[in-house]
Amino acid sequence: MTAVLDASGLGKRYRRRWALSDCTLSIPPGRVAGLVGPNGAGKTTLLHLAVGLLTPTAGTITVLGGRPAASPQQLARVGFVAQETPTYAALSVADHLQLGARLNPGWDSKLADSRIEQLGLDPGQRAGKLSGGQRAQLALTLAVAKRPELLILDEPVASLDPLARREFLQSLMEFVAGHEASVVLSSHLVADLERVCDYLIVLAAARVQLAGEVDDLLATHHRLTGPRRDPATLPAGQQVIEASHTDRQSTMIVRTSEPIHDPAWTVEQLSMEDLVLAYMAAGATVGRRPALEVQR
Amino acid sequence: MTWLTWRQFRAQAWVAMAALAALAVTLAVTGPHLATLYRTTRRGDFLNLTQAGSYHVLSLIGAFVVLAVPGLIGLFWGAPLVSRELEAGTLRLAWNQSITRTRWLAIKLGIIGLAAMAAAGLFSLMVTWWSSPIDHANESLLGPAVFGERGIVPIGYAAFAFALGVTAGLLIRRTVPAMATTVAAFVAARVAVTLWVRPHLLAPVRVLSVITQGNLNTYTQHANGPLGGPITVAVGVNSPGAWIVSEQTINGGGHVVASIPQVAACAGNRGATPPCFTRLAQLGYRQLVAYQPASRFWAFQWDETAIFLALALLLAGFCFWWIRRHVS
Amino acid sequence: MIEFHLDARSGVAPYLQLIHQVRQALRLGLLRVDDQLPTVKDVAAGLAINPNTVLKAYRELEYEGLVAARPGVGTFVTGTLSDASLAAHGPLRQDLQRWLAKARRAGLDDESIEALFLNTFRAGTAQDVA
Repeated sequence: MTAVLDASGLGKRYRRRWALSDCTLSIPPGRVAGLVGPNGAGKTTLLHLAVGLLTPTAGTITVLGGRPAASPQQLARVGFVAQETPTYAALSVADHLQLGARLNPGWDSKLADSRIEQLGLDPGQRAGKLSGGQRAQLALTLAVAKRPELLILDEPVASLDPLARREFLQSLMEFVAGHEASVVLSSHLVADLERVCDYLIVLAAARVQLAGEVDDLLATHHRLTGPRRDPATLPAGQQVIEASHTDRQSTMIVRTSEPIHDPAWTVEQLSMEDLVLAYMAAGATVGRRPALEVQR
Repeated sequence: MTWLTWRQFRAQAWVAMAALAALAVTLAVTGPHLATLYRTTRRGDFLNLTQAGSYHVLSLIGAFVVLAVPGLIGLFWGAPLVSRELEAGTLRLAWNQSITRTRWLAIKLGIIGLAAMAAAGLFSLMVTWWSSPIDHANESLLGPAVFGERGIVPIGYAAFAFALGVTAGLLIRRTVPAMATTVAAFVAARVAVTLWVRPHLLAPVRVLSVITQGNLNTYTQHANGPLGGPITVAVGVNSPGAWIVSEQTINGGGHVVASIPQVAACAGNRGATPPCFTRLAQLGYRQLVAYQPASRFWAFQWDETAIFLALALLLAGFCFWWIRRHVS
Repeated sequence: MIEFHLDARSGVAPYLQLIHQVRQALRLGLLRVDDQLPTVKDVAAGLAINPNTVLKAYRELEYEGLVAARPGVGTFVTGTLSDASLAAHGPLRQDLQRWLAKARRAGLDDESIEALFLNTFRAGTAQDVA
């Protein structure tokens, strides 16, 4: 099956600064992919490249096998909810649905209307008077009612309160379960992604630090605690992501597909947050290191 | 897309229509009386009547409206078109519907551009009709103060101002600076064309004539004394409503001079009298006048409209090129 | 029908939490044969979790023979965990109560009892594995 997003050597430069560089990535279909990284890591740049709002400076990107925003057909296959979930302040909720219906041949008005009703939005209300959560839900409605194969969301919940955040993610998951769409979702907060993502991409310092299925990543990463030890003496199959030492003790996060037999170590499972933080820290300290990629 | 364009544009459209209606009513009520007045009074009286009082005020208002409308269109229809959506981030919404951004821009430019031209054309049509008696009496249609407020040329100005506003908004990306730039650039373009392009659109008619009491327009003696001082004069041409583009004084040797040096016959209070003019003719002084006859009014209108429409198309083409490569 | 909940801080993978909750409900008799489980869409929407997580949990339960998917209808309970062991619960609880009383008389407080129990329990499982 075609990858929903396929990037090869992808880079984007603004004047002299590379916002994204050497990004090679292949997101399989049917996933909810979480794109995590600190602010300014290049998440928005990558997503804008994927929806064709930006053109690459280097490398190539294809989305669902096509060039982003190249044709009305390509645009119809990808739904996008931009950061801050922009809507037309002067237009009413009903106007927005009208806009969606007129500009998208595949518009599902039943889905749109039932969502607006379920959300309890007044169709006559101007979008400018909606709360942040309601506006985000309206933007999501516009994006899902065009019935895209891939839904791309750029920090959709970043500015929402916890309740609105939960409601938004519920709506999103309901759509994914009901319509079998793929999703790429960015956030700088791991907690937003932990429940919803089954594919993870960590972006830091304009580079992809880690990408892969969440289950695989969690199964192959471990935290080892034990007597102080030089990371260089670990077996060849164990790649050290992060290491810290006191005068007697060493704590390391390692990646390995082999079981760890050394009885000196206490082996612990990592949470997604531990994993993301380890790779973000690695990206921040070794900015120039080549991307650590899991290609399967 | 047509629906969305109209939905976003309709407030501005209503303002324009209300202004058109208000002007139409005012001019329709007063116009017929003005025309009757022109037919029933002598030219001098008619001019006196229309150079003061309510008709004078109305003619000024009409001229101002037609003068200002293209600039206002650039300011309020053109500049915010893209920049406001860039500022609010709504382009990211609009450009992710199932319609390419080229088509989005084409429909926006097409519909609002045509509306701009229609509005400017209607304003100009009404004012041209209403002020035709005054223009006939004044014989001044080609003059720079009137030419741009009559006929079809405001349509060209409006198309250009609109395209200029859109371009500024696209490049500057912020509404208020884009508006300021639009107005400044539009005024600069209008002034430049009026001063440096329009006079050369058609080769002017040149006549060489002696200075007489009859054709004299202005006479300036720069110093006065027993021997007189340098003199500058300007003469008219025998062509009603002509637009005098340039005028030079030529001496007996056939050279252009800035002024006529002191001539005894014109010294003191003898200046601008028949003996003075006779003496100037004897010395060989002639006036070389280049002018555009009033009959060329429509030729100028078409030419200048075409120039501004071409500029508007160039700017629109630039917008399409830019929007495909640079904007996000 | 049962309702699922997730404990984000437990550190237990969400799909395992779902499996535990179904097994617990079967054990306590809250779910019986032919009862329907909530649809994947309802669970995903209700908990704001990835539908694949729910599918994974249901597939695991199916593999264990506890539930079966009926295409186009939903997922239904087919097995049970309560029948054989439920009868043994009463006597075991009495034994445990006697043991607890003995531990208190020996001067153990609640925390010590809990630690002792968990330690013994873990040592037991470790021996089973080895």
